[in-house]
Amino acid sequence: MKDFSRLFTEIDQTTSTNDKIDALARYFEIAAPEDATWCVALLTGKRPKRTIRSGELRDWCSQLINIPVWLMEESYHVVGDLAETITLLLPEPEETTEYRLSNIITDLMALQDKAEDVRHAFIVNMWMQLDKQELFIFNKLITGNFRMGVSDKIVMKALAKAFAIDENIVAHRLSGNWDPLTTRLDQLLGAADTTDDISRPYPFYLAYPLETELQELGAVEDWYIERKYDGIRGQIIIRDSQLFVWSRGEDLMTEKFPEFHALVNMLPNGTVIDGEIIPLKDEQLLPFHLMQTRIGRKNLTKKALQDAPLVMICYDLVEYKGEDIREKPLTERRLLLTEMLSQLQEKFPTVPLQISPLVICENWEEAAAERLNARDHGCEGLMLKRKDSVYKTGRKRGDWWKWKVDPLSIDGVLIYAQRGHGRRANLYTDFTFAVWNGDELVPFAKAYSGLTDKELVEVDNWIKKNTLDKFGPVRSVTPELVFEIGFEGINPSPRHKSGIALRFPRILRWRKDKSADQANTRQDLQDMLKAQH
Amino acid sequence: MVSFDDNGIYCAQADVYIDPWRPVNKAIITHAHSDHARWGMGSYLAHRDSVPVLRYRLGQDINVQGINYGESIDINGVRISLHPAGHIWGSAQIRLEYKGEIWVVSGDYKLQQDGISKPFEPIQCHSFITESTFGLPTYNFPDPLTVHDDINSWWRQNKEDGKNTIIIAYALGKAQRILKHLDTSIGNIFTHGAVDNINKLYEQTIGPLPPARRIDATIDKKEIEGSVIIAPPSAMSTPWLRKLNPYKLGICSGWMQLRGARRRRGADRGFILSDHCDWEQLNTAIKETGASNIYVTHGYKSIYAKWVQDEFGVNATEVETLYTGEQVDDATDNPEKGDVSNEGL
Repeated sequence: MKDFSRLFTEIDQTTSTNDKIDALARYFEIAAPEDATWCVALLTGKRPKRTIRSGELRDWCSQLINIPVWLMEESYHVVGDLAETITLLLPEPEETTEYRLSNIITDLMALQDKAEDVRHAFIVNMWMQLDKQELFIFNKLITGNFRMGVSDKIVMKALAKAFAIDENIVAHRLSGNWDPLTTRLDQLLGAADTTDDISRPYPFYLAYPLETELQELGAVEDWYIERKYDGIRGQIIIRDSQLFVWSRGEDLMTEKFPEFHALVNMLPNGTVIDGEIIPLKDEQLLPFHLMQTRIGRKNLTKKALQDAPLVMICYDLVEYKGEDIREKPLTERRLLLTEMLSQLQEKFPTVPLQISPLVICENWEEAAAERLNARDHGCEGLMLKRKDSVYKTGRKRGDWWKWKVDPLSIDGVLIYAQRGHGRRANLYTDFTFAVWNGDELVPFAKAYSGLTDKELVEVDNWIKKNTLDKFGPVRSVTPELVFEIGFEGINPSPRHKSGIALRFPRILRWRKDKSADQANTRQDLQDMLKAQH
Repeated sequence: MVSFDDNGIYCAQADVYIDPWRPVNKAIITHAHSDHARWGMGSYLAHRDSVPVLRYRLGQDINVQGINYGESIDINGVRISLHPAGHIWGSAQIRLEYKGEIWVVSGDYKLQQDGISKPFEPIQCHSFITESTFGLPTYNFPDPLTVHDDINSWWRQNKEDGKNTIIIAYALGKAQRILKHLDTSIGNIFTHGAVDNINKLYEQTIGPLPPARRIDATIDKKEIEGSVIIAPPSAMSTPWLRKLNPYKLGICSGWMQLRGARRRRGADRGFILSDHCDWEQLNTAIKETGASNIYVTHGYKSIYAKWVQDEFGVNATEVETLYTGEQVDDATDNPEKGDVSNEGL
């Protein structure tokens, strides 16, 4: 693990993308194929399942170094990361042993279903043989949250460099359903075609938020304008008379969508459609959370399916008659898609696929107006796509833009704070906000992001001086500071005291100009809820 | 004999405060960091070596008396003496004895030897007031000599890569400690004005330091190529720093033990080098005092007090103070007097 550990340190100590790519490429060149495979798997989100519970780790560690469990807990709350806490607590090893990354991972996987004493012995034995940096990596692996500060894009670029293959080809070969236990990286990258894995999706083309003036985009006629739906981005794949549904997170979710299963007999083989999966009932768009609840269920009952039937709003066709057509202009791809869907709808009127309608605008002013009334259509804003654009890989600027409406917002009072994790460890940065209900403050949202580092430190200092009470890691504070909380949507929720749940809450700004009594009320939230549903 | 009130740590019998945070008549100062030595006291008593810094920071006209370690003075029957705290040069623990009862106020302290301050001496007492800045078992500081080696080899590497090396450290204490251990065969050493001011006081009071030049308008960018520059936290993300490009920046602090703090500060390197006690040092210090009452101030005070109570079977109480110790996010800390400098290149 020495090489992998050195890679980790190199990446940890730089913020330069190029340095990261170089460090990774060097690693791929020297690492054994199995180790390189696991490295890529770990960095692209294919982490093995955890086989040890965090409670066990805490117990074993506190026993080993002979400190009480409560002190271990307190240390964890300060450090904000269990793997790091254990690393800091354990003594330096008397001697170290060199292990292979791939062996460590497969050994850990083999611990599944083993008796506690076997697992305990394995972990403690490893703890005593790794140097601090390797120990940290090992602990990150066993706690299941190994990350390294590199995006998929950086990994792809490094692989392209190390193996001298085009980056888009790397991206395509890595997407989908490969298993690091059975497929080695060199085999995967050396694969001739898409045919070896028929489930493999195309890497999604993702839009950046609009950052230029509309006029700079050129003539409005050169663009397709579509509504931006708030659903699950997905690809529907039909190959070899089999159906696969992939989400943008590159999870194979076919089983979650029984309404798409009949598509196998409706669409020709060699078809890949890109679109947004949304809940739609009797032509009415349903709130996102209904789909979320349904997706979360282990067993899909008939009722669950009836309550939240799903359709795909289709906006792109990336494989047609078995051919990768990503390089064709969007006009052509969209034409093929429209023809395919209209034929389908004639034959099967209830098919759960709809073309993403175009919003026709004579000029950019009309587009701006359409964006503002997006919420009336249950949408988040508009998508702008250049008509002659090809289907690119990953998030790219220039041809596709998302143009979302400004978030809804409400002013809340800070009432609880908890220490953050990672970069925010040891700082009180996880906040709970409340609104007034009469003269009582009712919590309605938690938010972590939106403040600058400087503001975080300022709020942290304030919290330490204005703590009313401590419950475990949580502090209640004097209700004094007011923050403007932005969110994308609001839904009823019987589980929350406020009766509502917000979608994507975050801090828009610190309202230093407002005192607590000027914050919003529960009634304000309920009015927003009514307006939305 | 000693109580805690809104002004600070108070000994009523002698009518003196130790490190008070509001103006009082008589103040004994453990050391010259700004959270312990504040402006506006009627008179100050401190270790001899602290006096020049106190005058420099609080005003030449302050009424201050300096005494030696071990020397004692008597105020209304209370015997007061100062003993090495090992925190920075001139830092002292304050021992108070009245009718056989002994208290020790340790201020900030460490057991590690730093090469510039007189090492900490354990003092037997009944009641001991301790800080707890790093009072958690996760803080285990490495041997400072290996840290200094790391700093030197990092500097050497940066120089090879054509980069300047910036080291962020408190102007008082940490900066002199680092300077003293830099390998002058690697290259030249420069200092920020705030650091240079304190260095001069050190050289006048204690002794020579390796040669270091103050960065001012007369210095050409060429001259600093490949050298090391010591600057205080308040210089971070200022235009002053940007002029030293291309550089690598390292922070020296006990907080660098935490990955989160390291990443948040946006430094290229974090060196774990502290003038405070880590977990083992705190525990050792407390055991060696033999005290049956421990008062825990700034840091993880409730956690550390509970640990001391449970583990050592002595009374441990947490005390609210306005001391801050070593700060995790120093860039936003109140700049200490003399730390603000816009002197250009």
